[in-house]
Amino acid sequence: MLINHPTLGPRDASEFVYKGDAALIRRPAPDAPDALEQFIDYGYLRDNPAGAHRELWFHEQGDRSWLVVTRDTLTHEITDVELARDVARREGRSK
Amino acid sequence: MTQENRLQGGLIDRSRTISFRFDDKWMKGHPGDTLASALLANGVRLMGRSFKYHRPRGPLSAGSEEPNAIVELRDGARREPNTRATTAELFDGLTAQSQNRWPSLTFDALSINDRLSSFFAAGFYYKTFMWPAAFWEKLYEPMIRRAAGLGSLSLQADPDSYDKGYLHCDLLIIGAGPAGLAAALTAAESGLNVILADEDSRPGGRLNAETFAMGQHSGSDWAAETAERLSAMPNVRVMTRTTVLGAFDHGIYGALERVSDHLPVPPEGKPRQILWRIYSTRAILAAGATERPIVFENNDRPGIMMAGALRAYANRWAATPAQEIAVFTNNDDGHRTAQDLLAKGVTVTAVIDTRPDAPKGNGYEVIAGGTITNTSGRLGLSKIEVTDARGTRRSLNCGALGVTGGWNPNVSLTCHQRGRPTWNADIHAFVPGGTLPQGMTVVGAADGLFSTHAALTSGADVAASIVADLGRTVTRPDLPQAEDTPVALTPFWHVQGAKRAWVDQQNDVTAKDIKLAHQENFTSVEHLKRYTTLGMATDQGKTSNTAGMAIMAEVAGKSIPEVGTTMFRPPYTPTAIGAFAGRSRGADFRPTRKTPSHFWAEEQGAVFVEVGMWLRAQWFPRAGETHWRQSVDREVLQTRRSVGICDVTTLGKIDVQGADAAAFLNMIYCNAFAKLPVGRTRYGLMLREDGIAMDDGTAARLAEDHFVVTTTTANAVTVYRHMEFVRQCLCPDMDVQLISTTEAWAQFSVAGPNARKLLQKVVDPEVDLSNDGFPFMACGEITVCGSLRARLFRISFSGELAYEIAVPTRYGDAMIRRLMEAGREFDVVPYGTEALGVMRIEKGHAAGNELNGTTTALNLGMGKMVSDKKDSIGAVLSRREGLNTPDALRLVGLRPVDRANPVPAGAHLMTRGSPVDAAHDQGYVTSACYSPNLGHAIALAFLKSGDTRMGEVLRLVSPLTGVEHDVEVVSAHFVDPEGERLRA
Repeated sequence: MLINHPTLGPRDASEFVYKGDAALIRRPAPDAPDALEQFIDYGYLRDNPAGAHRELWFHEQGDRSWLVVTRDTLTHEITDVELARDVARREGRSK
Repeated sequence: MTQENRLQGGLIDRSRTISFRFDDKWMKGHPGDTLASALLANGVRLMGRSFKYHRPRGPLSAGSEEPNAIVELRDGARREPNTRATTAELFDGLTAQSQNRWPSLTFDALSINDRLSSFFAAGFYYKTFMWPAAFWEKLYEPMIRRAAGLGSLSLQADPDSYDKGYLHCDLLIIGAGPAGLAAALTAAESGLNVILADEDSRPGGRLNAETFAMGQHSGSDWAAETAERLSAMPNVRVMTRTTVLGAFDHGIYGALERVSDHLPVPPEGKPRQILWRIYSTRAILAAGATERPIVFENNDRPGIMMAGALRAYANRWAATPAQEIAVFTNNDDGHRTAQDLLAKGVTVTAVIDTRPDAPKGNGYEVIAGGTITNTSGRLGLSKIEVTDARGTRRSLNCGALGVTGGWNPNVSLTCHQRGRPTWNADIHAFVPGGTLPQGMTVVGAADGLFSTHAALTSGADVAASIVADLGRTVTRPDLPQAEDTPVALTPFWHVQGAKRAWVDQQNDVTAKDIKLAHQENFTSVEHLKRYTTLGMATDQGKTSNTAGMAIMAEVAGKSIPEVGTTMFRPPYTPTAIGAFAGRSRGADFRPTRKTPSHFWAEEQGAVFVEVGMWLRAQWFPRAGETHWRQSVDREVLQTRRSVGICDVTTLGKIDVQGADAAAFLNMIYCNAFAKLPVGRTRYGLMLREDGIAMDDGTAARLAEDHFVVTTTTANAVTVYRHMEFVRQCLCPDMDVQLISTTEAWAQFSVAGPNARKLLQKVVDPEVDLSNDGFPFMACGEITVCGSLRARLFRISFSGELAYEIAVPTRYGDAMIRRLMEAGREFDVVPYGTEALGVMRIEKGHAAGNELNGTTTALNLGMGKMVSDKKDSIGAVLSRREGLNTPDALRLVGLRPVDRANPVPAGAHLMTRGSPVDAAHDQGYVTSACYSPNLGHAIALAFLKSGDTRMGEVLRLVSPLTGVEHDVEVVSAHFVDPEGERLRA
């Protein structure tokens, strides 16, 4: 597979380490009243779609950036690649 | 032996004669021959024995689809079993052995299996060898393995090397037949960067096997000239002897180049094969077509071959399996074989054409509407029994028979992802269908376009449209006039009533087996394959799948497309494991990392141990020490008595810098770091988000905005990855930067009562090492040996007064030598990982055995460290009820009640008198050693409610090692529980 790195261009998938669902960016607030339930959901429950899947890849043999890759799990077609940091900011994770 | 079946002409080099050996016979051939063509030319049709029934077999094909003619090629360590004689290029001195026969190819004792064939029908494994169960492993399987099989391995290390390589191109063209060459010319002249790969040694595909004219040239001349022209272009790479094995995601292809297989041994410095990874923007599949047989009684005798293969042997290799040949066909192509053979002076006995309206023969007899109903000849074909349209039987003499049931587009690579071939009723064959691999277009015969003219134009047209798609200007080359014969075929799959009629010759699957499978309700094509093993041999059923499905369709009363489709998987042809391994074998299986003191340690005679990729000194034996325990005990005792030195470079080091560095560490570690003063170090425990302990280490604050974090050796990579995840994905706007500096610093632990005195001799005079100036857990940037920058940490894993000193890696070797020199007056001892382990167990420090991916801070006795005053990874889930039960495991120490007893790691703890089973399990031993300081075995263990069970005597059981005795629960701090030594 080739992953079109937003700053480095197309790179071979073997340079990356796969983590999983990009929903891991949405870490719950630890002080919420139902934090425990939210963290169990966050830690253990994943969607397993046949189709588009947003997932985290780490460019370990490269610039060490975490990417959010949108990949079709049926065809391996990659439709979008973003820096995870940009996604995290967009999702309100700035301090 | 003379080349009695050598014909005139051909593309072989008759100016040279070379010798080769098959079994015990030396024969002659010419450069350009394959082993199969040379054997045929020498009158040899019998080349092997079949897999199950040990039937005599000769080549069926002239290419890589070959199911039968597989041999052990070469001798000694280079012996390669299961090599197809049809693709093995002849070289002077080549040797080959037939396989799966005993004692000889012509007399094979196990051909008795053929007589017993009724016992070996489809599914016989499942039926015959069911009972008694114990017989399977001891009797049945060895027996079957001996009787049914392929070639044998040399059992020696492969003396050759294999490389891996990477290539990039705009357009990869797979197959250098007329379609591929036309596509390559068009793309290359339009300026694309082109790779043209073909498995054959000679470009041209079927042009080399046929007598077609290409304009004014012969087909083979045109192919050779075109390939030469392409090779001369700077934007083209023509790769012969290169098989594209698989189509992978995003235009990536795997290809195997056989660099040296056509030579006796690889030239000096050259690999045997190269596995290429080809990155292509677009790909054109021009893989041609594979001829398929008609199935009839006893259709597997040596001499019965594909009709197109007979043409290939006659036209390209000037070889024929016999001087009298018949042809069995359902299409006009069979007549072409008769014509080509006649032109070479071979007698054509008859063409048996299943079509009642068969064309007239031009110089040969045609038996229209006829079929072949049996054959004879023990080790090679001698007679065929023909039944004509009126049902009259007659016997014809012939030494070979060409069979053709039409051609199957070579769709293999289209199936490697989501492609599912579809049935084309016009040409009665599967053609590429479904979603093809990204960027792939199929041309020529592989797409069902069987004429040479159609191949040329489809290749050129598709290449032109790709050129335009990629934004280039199309330059169309001149292409020659070529034949444009339409397909004239009436489907005919098998002769009715045939039973011992081979469909899959490599796996010995008969028409009867397929009918039996259907009878027994294996009606799905996938079940059919697995029950009969049809198409599951190394040839993936290239010549057999379609006939098998046609027979299945007939007995099921369905059409072929209703039965299913045919599928192929990578690799396209069998590939040596060595090619996939490349250079990663033996000592080079993975990189070896050596510590900065490695060469010094080698000089000391150290014994090394692999720790991940690292090689670390395990212990340093001295003269007279005969057992590793003597060395380790000495190293431990001397360190605790005076001073010892250990290379701890392998521990992960991560530099954390930025205004938010402390806040970031607060997030990473479960314990608090914000208030750690500059110049101080703190132990930190990292949790995973699920609350389980992940790793531990220290963080030293060198400045307000600068920490150095250490990790365990094993987790250095994963901890760094995790920290980057937290930094980028969870805290994207923290002002903090990370970099791994594991390789940048050589680090040594200097431990023992004399550690300070030793170090004082190494550090520069202004460095104050006094207990007040540099107390326990202090850290700082200092200079040593006259202004060499260094880092000093007063941390202790051994429990002694200890420091870790770090210098830039390139000074590591000098540093260990200087430290040892400075320590001579204290009898300093180097210690290895074993002594390190003993001392940390004596001190009750957790390590990898305790942080084993199932344990929490609470289990480790560090529950109070998890701060509830701040957020940190894993804090919330560590508070889960299930991880905080009253009987949770706690880290304890153990000692044997009878001090002479050992305590094996992995042993389990049981209450005295309780049954020994999982339900009564109380805990388990994680780390154990002999403590030279205490004089008996000690251990660390996790024990239910262990913190409240000090002094209790438990039963230690290890059924595996036969241990069962009493142990006493004690504090895990066996040595210096008050920590006086490390603060000294």
